[in-house]
Amino acid sequence: MGTLLRVDDLHTHFLSAGKVVKALDGISFEIREGEVFGVVGETGCGKSVTALSILRLIPFPPGRIVSGAIRFRETELLALPPDRMRAVRGKEISMIFQEPMTSLNPVFRVGEQMREVIMLHQGLGKSEALEAAVRMLERVRIPEARKVAGQYPHQLSGGMRQRVMIALELSCRPALLIADEPTTALDVTIQAQILKLLNELKREMGTSILLITHDLGVVAQMCDRVAVMYAGSIVEEAGVAAIFENPRHPYTQGLWGAIPLAHDEKPTLAVIPGAVPDLSRLPEGCKFHPRCGRRFAPCDRIRPQMTAVGDGHRVACHLYGGGEPS
Amino acid sequence: MSALLLEVEGLTKHFAVTRGMAREKVFVRAVDGVDFAIARGETLGLVGESGCGKTTVGRLILRLIEPTGGAVRFDGRELTALDRKRLQPLRRSFQIIFQDPFASLNPRMTVSEIVGRPMEIHGLTRRAERDEKVGELLAAVGLRREQLARYPHEFSGGQRQRIGIARALATRPQLVVADEPTSALDVSVQAQILNLMKDLQGRFGLTYLFISHNIGVIRHISDRVAVMYLGKIVEMAGKGALFSKPLHPYTQALLAAVPSLDPRRRQEEVLLEGDVPSPVNPPPGCRFHTRCRFALPRCSREEPEFRPRADGRWVACHLY
Repeated sequence: MGTLLRVDDLHTHFLSAGKVVKALDGISFEIREGEVFGVVGETGCGKSVTALSILRLIPFPPGRIVSGAIRFRETELLALPPDRMRAVRGKEISMIFQEPMTSLNPVFRVGEQMREVIMLHQGLGKSEALEAAVRMLERVRIPEARKVAGQYPHQLSGGMRQRVMIALELSCRPALLIADEPTTALDVTIQAQILKLLNELKREMGTSILLITHDLGVVAQMCDRVAVMYAGSIVEEAGVAAIFENPRHPYTQGLWGAIPLAHDEKPTLAVIPGAVPDLSRLPEGCKFHPRCGRRFAPCDRIRPQMTAVGDGHRVACHLYGGGEPS
Repeated sequence: MSALLLEVEGLTKHFAVTRGMAREKVFVRAVDGVDFAIARGETLGLVGESGCGKTTVGRLILRLIEPTGGAVRFDGRELTALDRKRLQPLRRSFQIIFQDPFASLNPRMTVSEIVGRPMEIHGLTRRAERDEKVGELLAAVGLRREQLARYPHEFSGGQRQRIGIARALATRPQLVVADEPTSALDVSVQAQILNLMKDLQGRFGLTYLFISHNIGVIRHISDRVAVMYLGKIVEMAGKGALFSKPLHPYTQALLAAVPSLDPRRRQEEVLLEGDVPSPVNPPPGCRFHTRCRFALPRCSREEPEFRPRADGRWVACHLY
């Protein structure tokens, strides 16, 4: 599989109350053609900022991509002029959000909104575009698609709205779909329906998916490869089987141990003591060291680098070498 | 003293709402005849999806809202028959922990006031000794006594939830209704709070009604579990039995929908299609029959009774 998107040493900062918040502190990863790449982590780890940085939707001020590179196929996205970037968004890379109601316009019918996007990106006429919209709604298994096209977003359930969002974003057959917590606002039975749909569409259309979530069950069920983020850095990256069977970073291990399971008994939940650091006052050395039960000499001085610990399995931790000091 | 701390029978709440241009008055049947009991020291998990009525059940028990019908017996006393004045002194015995630790703490009160106020209202402390008593509680929930004079915004989400728990425990209650207490928290913090709640249950002899949509959390914290769908409990059983062999088709579908943490076990089959019907016009007969894989002709006509089986499990389904 070829590389579709490559992010290199990306730094995105926000200015807040005179302090620099390092939301992304040098992350690197790649997404291959046709794969689902998961980014997982807790609130504030930088997973959504990663998505917005790729689309260059970081609000300025207060946010700014400070340095790094984002290569999409042959194009360096950070070097594109704004109008060219606009053409990439929605057409080649599109995004669905957690709460579809905030992304759909409440005063336009579903079909009208989809028609606009299809006309803009595909150059179709009005009636052709509407027909394409209805076909797309059928494609995301919406019953009575023509009727739904004539309805307003508030008339639909949460699950239906997310289907509409998916139809809208896939209507231009993007190469990459960024899904930021696409099922977090949905009930678990509806989530199962949406995840199944995303899997089927990925197979049918060959779209790569960047799936951002805090739900490790969603990761296990959907992803091919996974990156775990903590305080603006990727601490571990591996194939989905490896990261569930053999998590290496103490944070990954802690996170895995903290989840109450629905499908198994777990007598006690592991606890990661303390709380996530303030991103404007990051600790020296490894950012996780103040909460880590396995810290030793270098951890509070030297920032560990990503080191290979297996086939495609990389981890940033001194327990596994930690690479050269930066 | 009865072994049962709380007994709920036929509990019902219909909310009146006006709908559409014609201002038509309709009733949302949020809770529609719910029966269960909780033994002293036990945790009953109440699980279900959005709009199933689980939060309303919690509030009805505490009489934070008035029921349309049914009975709530707490420690042998019928609560629904009491007027406000006679209910007030009993309130110290049943308290609540809310979901959102940002919205449920008054931002203009210090921790000492937030946790100390319920003690004062129920005459459990004098102003002079309040800080001492609040300090003890803070230590019990894993905060520091020195944090007494601080305001909620100075704390993280997990710490705020600890303050909410300390407030609930301030009156030394017997029953605590916990309404999605960890749903706004990250998993690592959620684990801290769940472990704390288990620890406090042992130390203070608490009985919990634990309400959550998160099936993993319910499985971890509960002794017994009740599953709600469209205003009714469809199944209730000991945790082990319910999770190893769910009986009701809705429980089966609900459990199967939770994504497994085993990437080698990819769940392709989706057991439940479509959306939950409206609680304004719930389907006749069994409310689940419109989405049930095993629906029989009688399911659309005749409502199944929620009743105990020989093995002590309760289920409302014509299959059993």
